[in-house]
Amino acid sequence: MKHLLTTKELTRDEAELILDVTEQMAEAVTGREVPKLPALRGRTVVNLFYEDSTRTRTSFETAAKRLSADVVNFAAKTSSVNKGESLRDTALTLQAMGADAVVIRHPAAGAPQRLTEWLDGAVLNAGDGTHAHPTQALLDAFTMKRRLGGIEGRTVAIVGDILHSRVARSNVWLLSKLGAQVRLVGPPTLLPKDIEGWPVEIGYDLDASLKGVDAVMMLRVQRERQNASFFPTANEYARLYGLDERRLALLPDHAIVMHPGPMNRGMEIAATVADSPRATITEQVTNGVWVRMAVLYLLLTNGEAR
Amino acid sequence: MTDLLIKSADLIGKGRTDVLVRDGRIAEVGSISAKGADTVDADGLVLLPGLVDLHTHLREPGREDAETVLTGTRAAAKGGYTAVCAMANSYPVADTAGVVEQVAALGRAAGYADVQPIGAVSVGLEGKRLAEIGAMAHSAAEVRMFSDDGHCVADPVLMRRALEYVKTFGGLIAQHAEEPRLTEGAQMNEGAVSAELGLPGWPSVAEEAIIARDVLLAEYTGARIHFCHVSTARSVDIIREAKARGAKVTAEVCPHHLLLTDEAARSYDPVYKVNPPLRREADVAVLRAALAEGVIDAVATDHAPHALQDKQCEWAAARPGMLGLETALSISVLALGGPAGVDWDLLAERTSRAPARIAGLEAHGRDPRPGVEANFTLVDPAATWTVVPEDLASLSRNTPYAGMELPVTVQATFLRGRATVLNGKIEEETTE
Repeated sequence: MKHLLTTKELTRDEAELILDVTEQMAEAVTGREVPKLPALRGRTVVNLFYEDSTRTRTSFETAAKRLSADVVNFAAKTSSVNKGESLRDTALTLQAMGADAVVIRHPAAGAPQRLTEWLDGAVLNAGDGTHAHPTQALLDAFTMKRRLGGIEGRTVAIVGDILHSRVARSNVWLLSKLGAQVRLVGPPTLLPKDIEGWPVEIGYDLDASLKGVDAVMMLRVQRERQNASFFPTANEYARLYGLDERRLALLPDHAIVMHPGPMNRGMEIAATVADSPRATITEQVTNGVWVRMAVLYLLLTNGEAR
Repeated sequence: MTDLLIKSADLIGKGRTDVLVRDGRIAEVGSISAKGADTVDADGLVLLPGLVDLHTHLREPGREDAETVLTGTRAAAKGGYTAVCAMANSYPVADTAGVVEQVAALGRAAGYADVQPIGAVSVGLEGKRLAEIGAMAHSAAEVRMFSDDGHCVADPVLMRRALEYVKTFGGLIAQHAEEPRLTEGAQMNEGAVSAELGLPGWPSVAEEAIIARDVLLAEYTGARIHFCHVSTARSVDIIREAKARGAKVTAEVCPHHLLLTDEAARSYDPVYKVNPPLRREADVAVLRAALAEGVIDAVATDHAPHALQDKQCEWAAARPGMLGLETALSISVLALGGPAGVDWDLLAERTSRAPARIAGLEAHGRDPRPGVEANFTLVDPAATWTVVPEDLASLSRNTPYAGMELPVTVQATFLRGRATVLNGKIEEETTE
């Protein structure tokens, strides 16, 4: 692995290696007084964020620092990006500064892939448009593995705005690769066209789709989508596709409730459900740091220094 | 001007003959010995009427960093063209007699191909009120074809009025068929590939809905309509049915829609970003068949040069469009089943005669016979070439065919008997 751009391009072995190393990272730092490893000492990781995402940026920053890397935050707001510098020129600048890895979040699908053409260092996709968010899918898989004892043979429902979700796309490829059955559930307006070829079942009825699932993943839905008639009102959306207590009771007892955050409480997920013991939402955040440590470690050392 | 003798050319694939050119016109066709004439040995070469492009973006005035009338027509000559129709989306927009006359004059000054300006349908291409179509028609540029290309004439009332208005001088409207509400933010063909890549989809129905509407408007008004860059299988169905009913409908297809598919977007390299977008394999097959059959009348390049920075960027930030003039002939040959056994007469029909008829360019698209203007090209049907962006005559480099090996090379192009290209190289002195 030179870069991590999508989960689709990962082999099953690579995905399992990342999850194994994640487990090692978790064990190595948990309970330590100084939760820090020396693995990436002297290496520079640049966080290049063209979208506001304090959560993801902080997670990557924490991960890199726990591996003793030097972290540079190159936020689009405080850089020359707003003065119109092109992505290519920014890439050439980072290249000249000697960045070992660039973590990029960008509103345009494919921007990380373009970056690999202009940079020698590793490129790590932290979310590009509605295309991919591989570390989110990896942390979701890690969470399932820990909570459910494995992924092979498990059934996962991903619910909501699939059309605009990079999280859904990355989970579809990763979870199916790891042997899970994936169900995509949402109104037809929020499902991409022509996805019959995806390794998923497609459903429009949430109640029916919750039967026998091991995990349900609720996606954030922007209220503003109602202005473009993706659904009539936020209320109707919540009634048809929100996870409330009644629907929570339809789930098997062992099933978990996931959400990549940030949540719209009362929209796609009821507050009581989000706060229930079956919800893994804060756990996902913790796991996110370990997954990102594992990925940075593997990309920057080729796993050699283990 | 010395006489010019073309020796042993295969005349549009119908057999070898000599062609004598005198004073810019064909003087004789047959077995000729002409002492004192400049002689071009065309043994092994096919002579075609000069290609005619219905759809060229020359970028001048306004974006001379991407292309000029001079560089664009040099590229045209290199591609075997003797006439190009210049689209109206320059800066300023070609929506007045002044701008169309300027573009035509620049074409004459360059001397590499006849430049026929296309006028805008609406002021500033804004789709609100009619541009001074009559003034452009009666100007020295004698505009007959009007288009807001780059934008759809989406307002059905404006379209109706435009169709009716151009009847007074036998003009036609060239529609860029794209229902704008269905393509807001769209980046590539909507389908399996866009779903996976997370690029907002450009539904085929956005094109088809406008073509269906405008076929009906053209029939209702009895006017002529031409559809630019038809890109989907269903569009072909609608046009076929309209023609069967006798509607005055013509259509063009671009080389890239005859060869490339939306799979190319997987690279996220915006050299493959174009409007309308690259479609599915099934659409390519239907478009090729429709071109052979004649449902689609002509190949048109939609040659769209862009400066490097407008393509060396994120897909969503890039401008749509690709170069076409220097590769169109080769790709047309491929699309019509070539290079082996290609029907040269059919190729001449789709790349020269039909577009000349549609645009009303009477001096072009004519098979060589005594009296007609000597606008023709000589191509080597056995040769192949590799596309190297830096070697193209265009000022821009945004060809989607870089590194591809293509059949057929242009050996020479003649505009009114004067070589614009000779021995495969652009002639530097062309002033008539």
